Amino acid sequence: MIRFTLRQFRASAATAYAAMAVIAIVLAVTGPRLAHYYDAHVVGCQAAGNCNAVTETFLGFYHAVQASLGPVLLVLPALIGIFWGAPLLAHELETGTFRLAWTQSLTRNRWLAVKMGVGGLAAMAAAGLLSLMVTWWFSPLDRWNGNRFTPAMFGERGIVPIGYAAFAFAFGVVGGLLIRRTVPAMAATLVAYLAARLGMTYLVRPHLMTPLRVTTAVLLGGKNGAAPASASTLNPQDWVLASNTINAAGHVIGQDGTITVNGTQGIMFATGPGGVSLAGVGRCPNIPAGTVPGRDPHSSSLLQACITRLGIRQELVYQPISRYWAFQGLELAIFLAAALALAGICFWWVCRRLT
Amino acid sequence: MIEFHLDSRSGVAPYLQLIQQVRHALRLGLLREGDQLPTVKDAVARLAINPNTVLKAYRELEYEGLAAARPGVGTFVTRTLSDASLPAHGPLRQDLRRWLARARQAGLDDESIEALFMSTFRAAAGEDVA
Amino acid sequence: MTAALHTQDLGKRYRGRWALRGCTLTVPPGRVAGLVGPNGAGKSTLLQLAVGLLRPSAGTVEVLGGPPAHDPEQLARVGYVAQDTPVYAALSVREHLRFGAWLNPRWDNELAGRRIAQLDLDPGQRAGKLSGGQRAQLALTLALAKRPGLLILDEPVASLDPLARREFLRHLMEAVAEHEVSVLLSSHLVTDLERVCDYLIVLAAGHVQVTGEVEQLLATHHRLTGPRRDPAAMPGGQQVIEASHTDRQSTLIVRSEGPIHDPAWTVGQLSLEDVVLAYMSQANCAGQASRSGLEAVR
Repeated sequence: MIRFTLRQFRASAATAYAAMAVIAIVLAVTGPRLAHYYDAHVVGCQAAGNCNAVTETFLGFYHAVQASLGPVLLVLPALIGIFWGAPLLAHELETGTFRLAWTQSLTRNRWLAVKMGVGGLAAMAAAGLLSLMVTWWFSPLDRWNGNRFTPAMFGERGIVPIGYAAFAFAFGVVGGLLIRRTVPAMAATLVAYLAARLGMTYLVRPHLMTPLRVTTAVLLGGKNGAAPASASTLNPQDWVLASNTINAAGHVIGQDGTITVNGTQGIMFATGPGGVSLAGVGRCPNIPAGTVPGRDPHSSSLLQACITRLGIRQELVYQPISRYWAFQGLELAIFLAAALALAGICFWWVCRRLT
Repeated sequence: MIEFHLDSRSGVAPYLQLIQQVRHALRLGLLREGDQLPTVKDAVARLAINPNTVLKAYRELEYEGLAAARPGVGTFVTRTLSDASLPAHGPLRQDLRRWLARARQAGLDDESIEALFMSTFRAAAGEDVA
Repeated sequence: MTAALHTQDLGKRYRGRWALRGCTLTVPPGRVAGLVGPNGAGKSTLLQLAVGLLRPSAGTVEVLGGPPAHDPEQLARVGYVAQDTPVYAALSVREHLRFGAWLNPRWDNELAGRRIAQLDLDPGQRAGKLSGGQRAQLALTLALAKRPGLLILDEPVASLDPLARREFLRHLMEAVAEHEVSVLLSSHLVTDLERVCDYLIVLAAGHVQVTGEVEQLLATHHRLTGPRRDPAAMPGGQQVIEASHTDRQSTLIVRSEGPIHDPAWTVGQLSLEDVVLAYMSQANCAGQASRSGLEAVR
C-alpha cells in the first residue's frame, strides 16, 4: 500500500518538490551574499557613519526575492491542504475507486493510515524544509527589522509552518471525506485554513502565556502630539500587545497616549489614530492657555510635573522575545494536536460510519 | 473435432442441445470412435455458457455409453451411432426429393409442406408410442 | 460445505427507507449464481453488504463462512467488481496489475499477464482511455488474479454493447471452468444471465422473491391455460404466482413440486425469463396493494 500511495502521490509531490528545488537554488545563490553584505556593512554602519545609505541598500537587496519568497510560507500550508489533502479521499469517493480499494486484501484502517501517513509526513517535511531555507535566508533582515514575534511575521518563520501544513492537510482530508467532492472540499479547506490562522494569531496566541506588564512614566514627546519616548526596558523585538495609558487608580484611560493641551481648563488626553480621547482626567491649573508640549522647555516641564502628580502612567502589555521559541513550540503543538484530532475523526468516519 | 452452437430460442435446454449435437454428429459420421469432444474450456469459451452445462451433457453421454472421460486429458467418443441404417439413407433421400417435388407441383408452399410433414410425423410417432 | 453466501434476515436501511429487508438465502458453493431484479430492487445493496462496503442495519451476512471484510484473509477470498467498474483513470493497465500485486498476497501475476495479452490490451495505456468493455475486462482481471473463492460482480455488463457483453461473459465462464471459483453476478436483464447461471435469486422491492437452482425452477414452474378458474381454488401443493383471466379463460403461472394431473389444464413450458417476470409482477402487485391499502388479490 505504501508503494501504491507513493505512485498515486507522484504527480502532486513532483510539482511541489520541483518548486522547492527551484526555490532552494535561488536562495542558495542569493543568501550568502545578503548575509555577507549585512556582516560587512550594516553591522558596523554606525561606526562608519553611513547607516542611512547602507540600510537603504540592505533593505532593497534582492528585492524581487524578498517580495516573492517572503509570503511563501504563508501560502504553502494552504496549497498543501487544497492540493494534497482535499483530493486524497474526495477523489476516490467521487470516482468510486474506493470500492476497488476497499475490496483488495487490506483493511480500510490500513488503507487510510498509509494514505494519511504518507501525505501528512510529506506535508510536514515540505513545510519544515521550506521554513528552514526561508528562515535562514531572511535571518539578516529579520535581525535588522526585529519583527519576528509580530503577528505578520511569526507564522512565516521557524517551526510553526510544520504545524500549519499538518493541520491544513488533515482538514483537507476530512473535508474531502465529508463533502465527497474535490472542488468544494478545496474551497472549504482554504476557508478553514484562513480562519484557523487568523483565529490563532489574533485571538489565541496573545494568551498562550500570561503576558507581562510593565508600567512606565508618560514622557512628553518632542513635537506636537508626538508619541512619548518611553523609558521602558523593553527589548525592541518584544511583542507589544497593548500600550495603555492608566490613571492613578489603575484604570485604562487611553491607548498609545499622546498629549495635547486643551483650552484653559484641565488636560485632554488625545490619542493617536484610532484611540480613545477622554477629557477631564484631571486639572493642571498652573498651565496657561495655549501651552503646547514641546514648544518650550518651561511649559513642557510644568505639564510633565502635572502629569506625574496626577499619577498618569503608561502600561505596556507584552510578550518578551525570550518566549519566542516557547510560543513556536506551543503553537506547533496546538496545530499538530488539531491535525491528529482531525485524523481521528477520519478514521472513525471511514471505519465506523461510512456506508 | 466438432464445434457446438446454441439456439437460445428453441426452448430446448442447453445441455440437451449439446447432447443432440453430439448424437447428430455421431450419426452423420462426423465423429468417430476415439475422437475427442471439445474440452469444457473450449466449449465454454465458444458458447459463453456455464461450464456445469457442458459437464452435465458429457455426464449424460457417458451414462448412455457414448463417451468416456479421461481425467486430465478430455472426453472421448466410445461408440458410434451410425449403424446399419446408414446405407438406407441414400434411397430414402431420393424418395424424399420426389415427394417434395410432387408437393410443390400440387401447389403447397414451404409452410404448408412443413406443417403437413410435422403433423404426420407427430401423429405417426404418437401411434408408435401407443 | 460452506455456502458461498449465507444471509439471515438481512436488511439495510437508508434514511428511514428499507432498501433490503428480511433477506434470507443460502447460495451453495461452486455455482454461477444470478441475482436479478428491476432497478432499485436492492441488488447492489445486497452485493455491497456481501463484500463489506455496507454494514447491515438488521440481520447477518456471511461469505465463504466468515463475516465480510473482517480481516485481510477474508478480503483476499472475495473478488469484487463494482457497478460501472471504477478504475484509476490516471494509472496505466500495467500499474493496475502492480496495484493488484502489491495489495493482494495471493496475486497470480502470470494469470493476469496472460489475460491482458489475450484481451489485446496495451499495458501502457491509461485506464481512463479504455472503452467500457475494456475497463470491465480489466476490472475482471484484477478480481480474478487475486485467486478468490467467490467472485461478486455488480451489473458488470449493464452498460456494454452486445459484443462486449458476450466477450465479458465468455471470459468469465472460461475463468470459472479453469479455476473453480463461485460467482455471484447481478443484472436487471434475465437474458444476460440465462446462459451462464445455474442458480438464481429474484429480488424485487427489497425482498427476495424466489431462489433456487435454475433447472429446479424450470422444472417446477408451469404455465397452465384452461377454463376460467379462481386461483384460490387451486390445490394446496400448487402455488399460484401470477394469474390473468378473460371472461372464459384463465392463464396461471404456478409453482408445483409434483406433476399437474388436472386434465382441464394445458400445461406449458416456461422460459427462465417468464418465471422471473412472473415473480417480479407478483411483487409489483403486492407493493401496489399494500400502498393502496387493499388486500392483494391472487
